Amino acid sequence: MARMNMVQALNSAMDVMLERDPRVVILGEDVGYFGGVFRVTDGLQRKYGESRVLDTPIAEGGIIATAIGMGVYGLKPVAEIQFADYIYPGFDQVVSELARIRYRSAGEFSAPVTIRTPCGGGIRGGQTHSQSPEGIFTHVCGIKVVMPSNPHDAKGLLISSIEDDDPVVFFEPKRIYNGPFDGDPHKPAVPWSAHPRGEVPEGHYTVPIGRAQVVREGRDVTVLAYGTMVHVAEAAVRAAGVDAEIVDVRTLAPLDVETLANSVCKTGRCVVVHEATRFGGYGAELVATVQEECFWNLEAPVQRVTGWDTPYPHAFEWEYFPGQARIAAALKEVMEAA
Amino acid sequence: MTPRSRLHVPSPPARPGQEPDFSYVQISPAGAVARPDVMAAPRDIESLSLEMVRVLGDDHRAVGPWNPHLEAPELQVALRHMLLTRLFDDRMQKIQRQGRISFYIKSTGEEAVAVAAGMAMRPTDMLFPSYRQQGLHVVRGRNLVDLMCQCLSNTHDFCKGRQMPIMYHWGKGNIFSISGNLATQFPQAVGWAMGAAIKGEDRIAASWIGEGSSAEADFHYAMTFAAVYQAPVILNLVNNQWAISTFQGFAGGEHRTFAQRGPGYGIPGIRVDGNDFLAVYAVTQWAAQRARQSGGATLVELVTYRAAAHSTSDDPSRYRPKDEWRAWPLGDPIIRLKQHLIALGEWSEERHAQLEKELEVYVTACWKEAETYGTLTHGPTLDPLTMFEDVFKEMPQNLVRQREELRELLAAHPEASVVPAAPVAKEG
Repeated sequence: MARMNMVQALNSAMDVMLERDPRVVILGEDVGYFGGVFRVTDGLQRKYGESRVLDTPIAEGGIIATAIGMGVYGLKPVAEIQFADYIYPGFDQVVSELARIRYRSAGEFSAPVTIRTPCGGGIRGGQTHSQSPEGIFTHVCGIKVVMPSNPHDAKGLLISSIEDDDPVVFFEPKRIYNGPFDGDPHKPAVPWSAHPRGEVPEGHYTVPIGRAQVVREGRDVTVLAYGTMVHVAEAAVRAAGVDAEIVDVRTLAPLDVETLANSVCKTGRCVVVHEATRFGGYGAELVATVQEECFWNLEAPVQRVTGWDTPYPHAFEWEYFPGQARIAAALKEVMEAA
Repeated sequence: MTPRSRLHVPSPPARPGQEPDFSYVQISPAGAVARPDVMAAPRDIESLSLEMVRVLGDDHRAVGPWNPHLEAPELQVALRHMLLTRLFDDRMQKIQRQGRISFYIKSTGEEAVAVAAGMAMRPTDMLFPSYRQQGLHVVRGRNLVDLMCQCLSNTHDFCKGRQMPIMYHWGKGNIFSISGNLATQFPQAVGWAMGAAIKGEDRIAASWIGEGSSAEADFHYAMTFAAVYQAPVILNLVNNQWAISTFQGFAGGEHRTFAQRGPGYGIPGIRVDGNDFLAVYAVTQWAAQRARQSGGATLVELVTYRAAAHSTSDDPSRYRPKDEWRAWPLGDPIIRLKQHLIALGEWSEERHAQLEKELEVYVTACWKEAETYGTLTHGPTLDPLTMFEDVFKEMPQNLVRQREELRELLAAHPEASVVPAAPVAKEG
């Protein structure tokens, strides 16, 4: 098995799909000749040509809209939005169009578009290169929302997304492109080569959409996390010495309620962690699901650890980032309750 | 054979390792383009969108009807502003390479675009720049220390650490806040200008957009609203040939000039040599007069070349010939104005070298002062609790609670607020 970082794994997923399925096309700003500002599409245009790996004008609304048109034609477009923070000019095309074409045409038309976009902070990107807008998209019925936390899942989930007949918004936590990040920026970066989930099959395989994964088994408390925060949660749990079960949600919509509920009903305690802002965020959906499914098993109020309800500030990204200390405090709170 | 459609994919004239080729850039001789009355009807002056307004000839003399006839002292000020902008950029780039700021964007080769336009407008006019018009701040007399402190996110940062470097604003100087999202400022400038027209005042607005980001829908909004309401605004489209790795053909520049879009909306479009200080000054002056006399908006295409990388996160040697700038047919705006002043007998190589030295010393002094207010790695630092301010005018309860939570966290974990060196942001 090969060792890949997340960038290579995502590249490999598109390589595999371009090779296998002539309907797959890649489009986005700087994705062709240059190979993407994060190098995720590096080499693909050289290999598959300019008609299958397209550089586009700088117009996110145009990218998403034309991807929809290609999808309606019968292609399988994979659109890159260079930063999740840039996706909003295409928002109407996602919400009013992409998400509802199947519904409003009673199944006669559909657009199986995958939108890939890097999200999250920790790279000194300030308020326009650090956002985690997944909660805005999970609120829209008719699109699937995915965020992997490691190279193995990134490749398998991206292949599933491209093969899916429905649209998928695929968030890539850019802080962990090159290695798992435990939330401590003082420590030297760790590469994916040292991580078990950095082992990635070279060929075709899938990780199913709609399935969460238990990444650490435990008895005392469940931590629900996804993306970068899975690694931060793991480190916080290790440091706190708690026997926590960590669930990597992976697919935010549709949600794997069963895996989450089984875990929380077993442990009786739950902490929800995400980097996005708190109010009206995706964590609220997780907390609501937990109370619906596990209310009679709960020993303590469910805690949320999230980004603050402010834009992501350039100077204070580590004070903003919901790091280990805040997760530890939440773990303590749920463990000491009742 | 049955006819079939084929996808056309634009391709730049040269890639790395190939000879630069700018034969696609149509250039009019200096002085050759007529200067119409500022109130001319758009349909009568469509040719301005095809030709190229130029004043400085190859002999470094100013010629033709667009010559703004500026006095030598004013030209010397212009040269100083452009040179200062370039030296400031060079210094900040070096500082970024040393890891002392997280990011930077240079305007090298495009200094005339901002400096000439800034000088041709009144200080009360409102400017909505994109991220490559730092020259506007220089023209309006901003202390470089302020700009440096913004890049440092330090205790003197007027953005209070909230924005990436170069995302400046200046309320007193009438320069709007720069967005990291492209093209959004273009229609906002139109709205500001509509505000001035609603109030019946003589202030006008100007905005800048790249040819690449003119593909965004915001460009269309700006043009439509400006045309419909004849808003007093100058809409500058900086065609510097490259938008990160995509050349201007990907923005729709293959078959028509960007200026030609103006007449399409019923707005005059003027194509100008963006590296000719006098031409940019004259065209801005024309558009400003027109706007102030209720003649409405003008679209100005400034033909220039992005000599620097897109940003410090970019490596242009991957997608364009390394020395492409040297072959750029419109030259260097600073050298061209310098040669003009020398030709007038108002400047010399010695005075130029002297000015350069003086400005270098000034930039160094500014940097030394800026550093005393804190750097990325050394204090003093801003109070992190300020991040909760200005989300709203009055802080709502959820933010008050979160601020208290962070206060307690920082008290318990003082190490959490020590700023580490972070990987440099990629930018698009």
